[in-house]
Amino acid sequence: MTTLPVNWLEKDRRKLRVDASAFSDKFYEGLTAACALVIPGLVIAIALAIFVAAWPAFSKLGFSIITTSDWDVAGGHFGAAPALFGTLVSSAVALIIATPLAIGIAIFLSEFSPLWLRQPIGFLVDLLAAIPSVVYGLWGIFVLIPLLRTSVMPFLRDTLHLGSTPFFTGPAYGPSMLAAGIILAIMALPYISSVSREVLMAVPRSQREAALALGATRWEMIRDAVIPYAKSGIIGGIMLGLGRALGETMAVTMVIGNRAEISASLFAPGYTMASLIANEFSEATNDLHLSALMAVGAILFVITLIINAIARWLVWRVSKGQAV
Amino acid sequence: MRAMKLAALIFFVVGCSKEGANSSSTASSTASFSSQSVDLTGAGATFPYPIYSKWFSDYAARTGVKINYQSIGSGGGIRQLSEGTVDFGASDSPMSDDELSKAKGGPILHFPTVLGADVITYNLPGVTAALKFTPAAIADIFSGRIKKWNDTRIASLNPGVTLPAQDILVVHRSDGSGTTYIFTDYLSTAVPSWKASVGKGKEVKWPVGLGAKGNEGVSGQVKQTPGAIGYVELAYAKQNNLPIAAIRNKDGQFVAASVDAVTAAGAGVAKALPANTDYRLSIVDAPGATSYPISSFTWILVYQHQTDAVKGKKLVDFLNWALTDGEKEASTLDYAPLPAEMATAVKARLANIDLTGAK
Repeated sequence: MTTLPVNWLEKDRRKLRVDASAFSDKFYEGLTAACALVIPGLVIAIALAIFVAAWPAFSKLGFSIITTSDWDVAGGHFGAAPALFGTLVSSAVALIIATPLAIGIAIFLSEFSPLWLRQPIGFLVDLLAAIPSVVYGLWGIFVLIPLLRTSVMPFLRDTLHLGSTPFFTGPAYGPSMLAAGIILAIMALPYISSVSREVLMAVPRSQREAALALGATRWEMIRDAVIPYAKSGIIGGIMLGLGRALGETMAVTMVIGNRAEISASLFAPGYTMASLIANEFSEATNDLHLSALMAVGAILFVITLIINAIARWLVWRVSKGQAV
Repeated sequence: MRAMKLAALIFFVVGCSKEGANSSSTASSTASFSSQSVDLTGAGATFPYPIYSKWFSDYAARTGVKINYQSIGSGGGIRQLSEGTVDFGASDSPMSDDELSKAKGGPILHFPTVLGADVITYNLPGVTAALKFTPAAIADIFSGRIKKWNDTRIASLNPGVTLPAQDILVVHRSDGSGTTYIFTDYLSTAVPSWKASVGKGKEVKWPVGLGAKGNEGVSGQVKQTPGAIGYVELAYAKQNNLPIAAIRNKDGQFVAASVDAVTAAGAGVAKALPANTDYRLSIVDAPGATSYPISSFTWILVYQHQTDAVKGKKLVDFLNWALTDGEKEASTLDYAPLPAEMATAVKARLANIDLTGAK
């Protein structure tokens, strides 16, 4: 039995510790890099799989899949223009309704609300994001649609005389582009309002105080000092809400009326790309039909990508213009 | 700026994980299902799922043979069977020659199990008597040529009923479904102009109306909208006490849908069957005074050459039991059993399944 010299042991132990920390650094670097690469890899893999499955439809149908509006499976016609139109219009309606509301909520919570009210209201608005979309759909069928049919639509069309514009004409059945837009607005609202609230609260105190010191009223301070400072963040929030609206499937399918026609009236039923896929995928056995549905998915993917790019560009442009 | 990015990121993560949690929870529930010792797996039609699941649980209690069935839709069932990922498929519409030729495991046999039917339901406040329709009137309504309830083409069929001057709202299925296939198959068979203009399929291009998802979507929309008309499955309509129209059959009789009237339609067709039939039969617009005209079989699909002799034997035994004892349970769940002589003929056909295990 031999004993090691004490000083050797001490030296070696120190060296070991240094090695171990170098190793753990490397290990965690590798681990986080792997985490970071998995997601982009997954996105690329999904995109590849979709485009490969969609290729037969693209090569056979070409651009007719987005330029024609005749979707007739039995006849072999796959024109998804009405679904493309419906996706864009329902999301636009949703943003038109949700944006002012959400920003209003955010301004109230960050600027005016007493402290004891800020937490509960913020919490309740955020809670909207946690409701499953099928529950929104059921609420749409049993509450929103009867309300639209019996009160809101006749009011808009007849009482406000909006029926003379092309956007509010036709019979009021309930399921419609308007119903889809309203449901999507409620679903997108918490995303926009939460991000906007965080951004507004992050505006430095000095910014507000400076505006007040120059003699601004409270409203002028918000309009001229706070909102411009937070603009890029608010746009980011709106784009996040738009992303939610574009891809939403279940709730929209339940209230939009699922009719593949392009109509200017918001009272008319419509269709979205996500609904089209959800409705027809499970019973699609014909190869071209399956591939056409994949092609619709691919187009939706590209649209989302373009909108994200525009959002990036907007945020970048707006933030470049401000003195932070 | 940083706060915003952070907030956006957090919401993205929350949003993603929420979606992820939904899908992973369903995935894990099916995984835990199949991780139990399962003897046979099947996939397909949703329409017969209630009666099939009763059969599977009764059969498991009796013999210990466990059968896992995923009601993913007829199209999905056909796809999975063609790829060979399940032991049997189930479909509400027979496979086409094209689909049969693509199956990787060779010839597929069709075994009818029970019958179902589509009924026409409507919402007309103040009208209590069951309405009567001819096939031509149904086709005219669903293609938009009849626009009002008091149209003479409806009123002349329903003397004594005061029909309102209300607009008709057509409600159809938006999702691909066997229910739509049966309905359009019927109209294509009984009304030549429908065949030429709309045709038949699991989803068709409807000339008018709103699309709703599932039987519950169609019936919900009809119930809510005065003046609406739609078609749903018989079992669903019965269980929800929906008003049901009587329809004129091939023999000129107005027949309301019932389990007996649907079985009668099957019997009307079964009489005239050739001995070598492959049972890919449409029984819409069936002859017989008591036949309900919008009826259909639903099928279990099995490869003729079973590669696993043990599994094949279990499958044949199950089908034999289902076609004997299982049929008796059908009407308790509002499915129509096969006509007796047909059940016997289909059972005899089970002998055609090759259990030698050779490809």
